[in-house]
Amino acid sequence: MKDITTVRLTVNGEAVERAVESRVSLADFLRDDLRLTGTHLGCEHGVCGACTVLVDGKSARACLMLAVQADGAAVRTVEGLGTPENLNPLQRAMMEHHGLQCGFCTPGMLMTLTEFIEQRRDSPPPSEAEIREVLSGNICRCTGYQTIVDAVMAVLNPPDGAA
Amino acid sequence: MSDEGKADGGYFGRSILRKEDPALLTGRGRFVDDLQPDRLLHACIVRSPHAHARITRVDTSAAAAVPGVKAVYAFADLPPMLQQKRLPLMSANPLIKQPLTQPVMANDEVRFAGESVAVVIAESRRVAEDAAALVDVTYEALPAVNDVRKGLEANAPTVHAGTASNLVARVPFVVGDTDVAFKGAARVVKASFDTHRGGGFSMETRGCLAVPDLNAGSYTLYLTSQSPHRIKRVLMDMLEFADHEIRVIAPDVGGGFGPKGSFYAEYALITACAMRLGQPLKWIEDRAENFVATQQERDMFWDLEVAIDAGARILGLRGRLIHENGAYVAPLGLILPWIAVTHVQGPYVIPNFSIEMLVAFTNKVPTSPVRGAGRPQAVFVMERLMDHIARATGLDPAEVRRRNFIQPSQMPYNCQLIARDGKPVIYDSGDYPEAQRRALAMARYADFRARQAAARTEGKHLGIGMASFVEGTGLGPYESATVRVATNGKIIVCTGAAPQGQSHKTTLAQICADLLQVSPGVIDVVTGDTGAIAIGVGTFAARSAVNAGSAVHMAGIEVRHKAILLAASMLKVSPEKLDIGAGYVYNVAQPDQRKSLREIAIYAAGSPGYALPGEVTPGLEHTAYFTPERSTYSNGCHVVEAEVDIWTGQVTLTGYWIVDDCGRAINPQVVYGQVLGGTVHGIGNALLERLLFDEHAQPLTTSFADYLLPLATDVPRIEIGHMESPSPLNPLGVKGAGEGGTLPAIAAVIGAIEDALSPFGVTINETPVSPMRIVDLIRAAAPETYA
Repeated sequence: MKDITTVRLTVNGEAVERAVESRVSLADFLRDDLRLTGTHLGCEHGVCGACTVLVDGKSARACLMLAVQADGAAVRTVEGLGTPENLNPLQRAMMEHHGLQCGFCTPGMLMTLTEFIEQRRDSPPPSEAEIREVLSGNICRCTGYQTIVDAVMAVLNPPDGAA
Repeated sequence: MSDEGKADGGYFGRSILRKEDPALLTGRGRFVDDLQPDRLLHACIVRSPHAHARITRVDTSAAAAVPGVKAVYAFADLPPMLQQKRLPLMSANPLIKQPLTQPVMANDEVRFAGESVAVVIAESRRVAEDAAALVDVTYEALPAVNDVRKGLEANAPTVHAGTASNLVARVPFVVGDTDVAFKGAARVVKASFDTHRGGGFSMETRGCLAVPDLNAGSYTLYLTSQSPHRIKRVLMDMLEFADHEIRVIAPDVGGGFGPKGSFYAEYALITACAMRLGQPLKWIEDRAENFVATQQERDMFWDLEVAIDAGARILGLRGRLIHENGAYVAPLGLILPWIAVTHVQGPYVIPNFSIEMLVAFTNKVPTSPVRGAGRPQAVFVMERLMDHIARATGLDPAEVRRRNFIQPSQMPYNCQLIARDGKPVIYDSGDYPEAQRRALAMARYADFRARQAAARTEGKHLGIGMASFVEGTGLGPYESATVRVATNGKIIVCTGAAPQGQSHKTTLAQICADLLQVSPGVIDVVTGDTGAIAIGVGTFAARSAVNAGSAVHMAGIEVRHKAILLAASMLKVSPEKLDIGAGYVYNVAQPDQRKSLREIAIYAAGSPGYALPGEVTPGLEHTAYFTPERSTYSNGCHVVEAEVDIWTGQVTLTGYWIVDDCGRAINPQVVYGQVLGGTVHGIGNALLERLLFDEHAQPLTTSFADYLLPLATDVPRIEIGHMESPSPLNPLGVKGAGEGGTLPAIAAVIGAIEDALSPFGVTINETPVSPMRIVDLIRAAAPETYA
């Protein structure tokens, strides 16, 4: 009685083809089927943002989306950013500004911010209020957000002379 | 931010980058739900929908018949020891008159909505959830107690059917003679306070994974916990394990904030089920369960009065606290209201003090500490009283506080109270007037009234609030640490302190690095594993920098000493000629004469027939336990500016200034993060976070859409200034930093709102206050406002 569908998509640039129960969320698919456990589940009702991934470049709640809905899509997760030995500029800024404590919400934060930074790359630096607005869909219980805001400001508004 | 690669010592006190971050930033953390062993089974727990009911029948047959279901267990299916034993009291106290703790699973009566009634075990979480819906439980509803005050009235229904009353404990706290103080008072100020606190709501819910090792005949329980060593002790007791038969590991933990420090029924249940089935079994709480099954802090009701002399100096404080306990005495017993009462005095001289503490059952999930653990409520009532005194006397609120501060010259200051650990409350160091002075200067308090008046001419309602606090931190009885140079050359620090984001892997490495003169980057800190160090306590109550930090310091000194003695034996030179640095012990006069720490570790492991130097124990390692004489007291002052929109009740925090003094900082950046995060938690408690129940004690807030946590847009930029009053009670001079931000935030924010609404004569003696409540308060105090 299981309703199985085959999905084909790319995850962090790699082609994936899997048979999956239609009711399985994209988050469970990433975590359980692909063992990409960097995408975390904090509420499973679309509020906390810990499960945020990019689907065709746009941020999406992986807990509210079914894996079958990602058929044909390009999905990016935290595992597709930099590596521990080679952090990307956002990851590096988060580390330097102490933008994470327990680290549970961090993958979702990074994906939300990745979308924002990629959109904003050639625009004037955003205001603190704008950054807070972007972050307002991701809950962090540890940091109080200020250090995350500072990390984003550092990435989008680097000091003179820095790349 | 300095480079973590340097090895010149002096790491203590530097903001080095965190060792935790690279893995957590790249999705390579290992949280309990990330562990997926082969043959893994999944559990879903069937929970009571009633706050109070009799169970007349449990039929699991339909659930058991679902394909993929491995087992369904109700109370009658539990092993006899889990039927007989209830959760233990981890902090027993003879003053608990009704020590009724929670059973592992409800038998014939459920006493809160969310109590477990059955467990379904299946090949996947999805199948277990499907089958759980088919477990057929017949309930007969019983009257439930929602409001703790009503539950204490005569003829109230009882939370536990068949008991005579809902009273858990009644404890008097008395210093001096308040009757005499009140007789001599120039004025008495009275108020009743309703202080609500929500839950911890870490972003990672609770969860555990029990893995049998069929070859060794032992079990490993992975769980998201603040105190795996204490969890192990309880499991040994409940399931009758010998020490070597159960290992408990807290891998990466996604936030704790108090509730993850407790023992829960699910940990014994899941371990017992894995034992019975001989397969790994995982239970991960979903967020809806988290709202009904994880302990919360909730309500305290206070009736207080304070006697002052003609100069607004406090002569005495007296009254009563009623603490809402929930349906069972939680494993941590009475500590929550006890901590609250013993923190009321705060930074002020209160020569006569009398509070009666009442604790009573309600039909709700039991209570546990949440970041601050009763202290934020204590700070709230004391600071609100200070503001009330200011209003009654016409004095400036800052001046009223100044007249009552304990002075630095009075340190150490004995409050004449007994803390929850049985030790006297004695403040060890701090300069409370100076902390206030600095915070007010940062906030430009001197010209605030002019800014406020200018804003009012534009129709804006601006207010300022302030709160000073003192916090007992570094709770004993001890913490453990092993410092070891392994025979592969690795330097390892193991401790019973189990972090949930507090950066132990960095800060404890900094302490050890200075002693062994290496980079923190080469030190592995192992936390939260009962297999790595036998005895430990855990990370809660802002205790780990003090206890674990000091234990690492003590162990590191001993390892350094041993390394020099062993190298002296190997090099055949006198130990006085040797020093340690960059991974070697070397002859100061002839640095090429040296032995690496690895060589020394191999030598220290010993070879049969070859003697070690007589005075040295085997192994290049040492385990130390730091046992504090008593708690050490952090302090600080928060000043908040708020704007209130009287038409919508919306509060906007327009400025936030903090002076925080937690003694010497091991890593200032980490302390900064702790203070910020704690403060925002307190802002949530002032403006947003309320757990609602209906009159039948049915929970109404069970998602993050109903229960609001602070978002990035809810909080202002926060400026922090630090002071350092080293503690004389530990070798590092440190104090706890994890909770201090939360303590004064609620009082300061509410004070700012009240000040903004002073033209309307609004008094706020409650927390949190929603926009709707603010409009109601204005309407009640000044009905003409909306006419």
